[in-house]
Amino acid sequence: MTLKLNYQLMNADEVSGTLETLADQIVSSNAGRPVVLLGIQRRGIPMSQRMAKRIAQKTGRAPQMGILDINLYRDDLTRVATQPIVRRTEVPSDIDDKDVILVDDVLYTGRTIGAALRALIDFGRMRTIQLAVFVDRGHRELPIEANYIGKKITTKDNEVVEVRLQEVDAEDAIYVMENS
Amino acid sequence: MKRKDLLGIQDLDRQEIIDILDTAENLQEISTRPIKKVPTLRGKTVINLFFEASTRTRTSFEIAGKRLSADVVNVTASTSSVSKGETLIDTARTLDAMAADCVVIRHGSSGAPHTIARLTKARVVNAGDGAHEHPTQALLDALTIRQRKGRLDGLKVAIIGDITHSRVARSNAHLLTKLGSHVWLCSPPTLMPVGACDLVTTNREFLHRTHSMEEALSGADVIMMLRVQFERMDESFFPSTREYFRCYGLTRSKVERAQEDAIIMHPGPMNRGVEIATDVADGPYSVILDQVSAGVAVRMAILFLMLGGQS
Amino acid sequence: MDLLVKNGRVLDPQRKLDSPADILDILIRDGKIRSIGKELTADVPQFDAGGFIVAPGFFDIHVHLREPGTEEAETIATGGAAAVAGGYVAVAAMPNTRPSNDGPSITAYIIAEARRSSPALVFPIGAISKEQKGETLAEIGEMVEAGIVAISDDGKPVMDARLFRRALEYAQLFDLPVIQHCEDLNLSKGGVMHEGAFSARLGLKGIPSSAEDTMVSRDLILAEATGGKYHVAHLSTRRAVEMVRKAKAEGAKVTAEVTPHHFTLTDAAVAEYDTNAKMNPPLRSQDDVDAVREGIADGTIDAIASDHAPHHINLKMLEFDRAPFGITGLETAVGLAFTQLQLSLPRLIEMLSLNPQRIMRVTPWGIFEGSDAHLTILDPSRRWKFDVNKSKSKSRNSPFHGWDLSGKAVATIVGGKLVYEDRK
Repeated sequence: MTLKLNYQLMNADEVSGTLETLADQIVSSNAGRPVVLLGIQRRGIPMSQRMAKRIAQKTGRAPQMGILDINLYRDDLTRVATQPIVRRTEVPSDIDDKDVILVDDVLYTGRTIGAALRALIDFGRMRTIQLAVFVDRGHRELPIEANYIGKKITTKDNEVVEVRLQEVDAEDAIYVMENS
Repeated sequence: MKRKDLLGIQDLDRQEIIDILDTAENLQEISTRPIKKVPTLRGKTVINLFFEASTRTRTSFEIAGKRLSADVVNVTASTSSVSKGETLIDTARTLDAMAADCVVIRHGSSGAPHTIARLTKARVVNAGDGAHEHPTQALLDALTIRQRKGRLDGLKVAIIGDITHSRVARSNAHLLTKLGSHVWLCSPPTLMPVGACDLVTTNREFLHRTHSMEEALSGADVIMMLRVQFERMDESFFPSTREYFRCYGLTRSKVERAQEDAIIMHPGPMNRGVEIATDVADGPYSVILDQVSAGVAVRMAILFLMLGGQS
Repeated sequence: MDLLVKNGRVLDPQRKLDSPADILDILIRDGKIRSIGKELTADVPQFDAGGFIVAPGFFDIHVHLREPGTEEAETIATGGAAAVAGGYVAVAAMPNTRPSNDGPSITAYIIAEARRSSPALVFPIGAISKEQKGETLAEIGEMVEAGIVAISDDGKPVMDARLFRRALEYAQLFDLPVIQHCEDLNLSKGGVMHEGAFSARLGLKGIPSSAEDTMVSRDLILAEATGGKYHVAHLSTRRAVEMVRKAKAEGAKVTAEVTPHHFTLTDAAVAEYDTNAKMNPPLRSQDDVDAVREGIADGTIDAIASDHAPHHINLKMLEFDRAPFGITGLETAVGLAFTQLQLSLPRLIEMLSLNPQRIMRVTPWGIFEGSDAHLTILDPSRRWKFDVNKSKSKSRNSPFHGWDLSGKAVATIVGGKLVYEDRK
């Protein structure tokens, strides 16, 4: 399997700009109420961190943060890899009645979010669970939609959307790659 | 986990050990949630096959399996049934008939888990075999040390007690020397095995032995006290518990020879007043309770790495 | 039985028949050698030994036949079949049967059963003490009448020095060798393998060399003091070899045997808790194996004896601690002796036939006119693989399954009768 670049979807400025826009949308939709940003491993974490900074700027109050690793909840765990990896999960203990925003880079089949929902059930009873994604690339296999979308595109089955963030990948950009 | 079974630390390389500890650390958080459960091992069958009585290790494995949603079954096998003609091969066949995914075995004879592992399709975890190894104990000890000291290399670790009959001593000796710490085995001359110097095959220069408790404790970062196992000992290893405590018991004054922030560990259960004084066991540097919590995390990690991937 | 053994290269070091260029024929009548010469003819069945060595029949002086009492592991019949398949015309059977061979009736039973069903000759060894309890002497004289060729409590040592002294003294009445399984039971208590680096690593209780050495030392002193004929069974340590060497140099009436596994394997063989590496005395260190080989080379050790110890397969499938001690050995001894040791043919024949006969109280046989016709036909360069599943023994406890060996007995003749043949 080799990946070759199809086209660049966003550059560094567009990436920063989109994250700020998402953060602003979250603030206005959740007028006044405190939100909890839960970044989904891995790139959801730097995403949520940057969004949290913007929210703090705008509202004067930093939102609660958390990390969610969904590897223990995948429904296709047995088909993922022979060597399962589990990463950090940190969910604030006082999550009842709060508005939780799941943050992830790409929304594709919806299975990752399905697993995240299963995970959150055991943590308490949240007031709402909302979803913020950078790119919605279609091809849903479950009835799941995002509340806040950075960019919506159509993709082919053999394409791969790569979101690159400074904190993890040493650059900010989004590329659409093709599997040949 | 690339190998079918976890039979001993002797078989693991440095990276495998670190991967297990990292996984354990990330799973530890589950035990702090209000609902202490994840669905990862749903539908997997884990059998605790204990030929030797042990409430704490068995309970630890049971909790670990249940937190991962596995079906855990406790089977207390009696070794007397073996002398009636039932062999280990019958045991292994029974396990396969029950479609066990994983079997956790504790046995009084060194090598019993190896024999069963060869004969069964299930993945075998050694929960202690004779005087040979107790790999999950060494892993939980390592996790505890790492969390308290921030590292596992370059430490001086004193392991004090009945080394001859101790699987905990052997597993810890393997693990800590593999990771680059100096291990000092200390016991009365009657309880140090012939061939102790050749116990580990890699990093041999990291393993030391002494009969002097002063030498072992001097500057130690970690003090590990072993249980004096009266039920395993023949007569004449030591004249009395009173004499043992005087010569090899850990008291406050002896602890002062070690590093100021030395941690004190014990695999449990403790013989208070025999190998460890009560005030030391309950003191601020005793991490004995941390070991218990690390135990559940490490066992969750093992079960997860064995059963959580492609079947 | 009549037989004409033709075209073999006859080798009997005792009779100075040791020129490999000598192709000789051997005429056997009524079970005895009638004549030896070139190009013999006779109106009797012929056996073509062309290309092979013809040697005095091999004698394994340390074998456990398990009958009476544990016939599920081996019988006199199956043990005998395994013996001839290994090239042995005769075995000496240790007394630790159930009940022990400590009296004339058991001795007589063994001899009668062997006559009835065993292709190999069986010479019983009588117990030293009643029920092998190590307390009082067994009826040795009665057993000699019934046909024993030596006494031993093997399986166990005689711990009581005073009783062992009495045995050494009493046995002289009958010119019987006294064989000792040297093991101080207090030092070895609970041990299941050699005490050393491997036992420490594997977490198994060790049997120290000192358990063997202290008893060898004690016995050599008693042997010298009493003038008895003392034979050390299955010698395995460096120090024991050295002590026997010194005693012999001082003229003592001491002989010693070694098993093939003790000159082939070390305690490293236990590595995976293989119960086929569990025996007593245990497999020792490389240094001990070297010492044993030196002892074979310089004559300190007189005989190779297998200590064939069959056990039912179920028993060997227990945990290492619980499995019984012992491995089979009748069918692999000769192959291992050829493959592992660099000995001349005459020396090998000495260790496998001539010395065993000298040590035991038997009427000797060899390649001479008038001798009982007990012969072992050998192919020293035959390459073969030992398959334990094809063994004639009832038991399967051998660590040598699948081993490539070179050197084999290709036929065995007992009393002129061809009882085993594998010439291909």
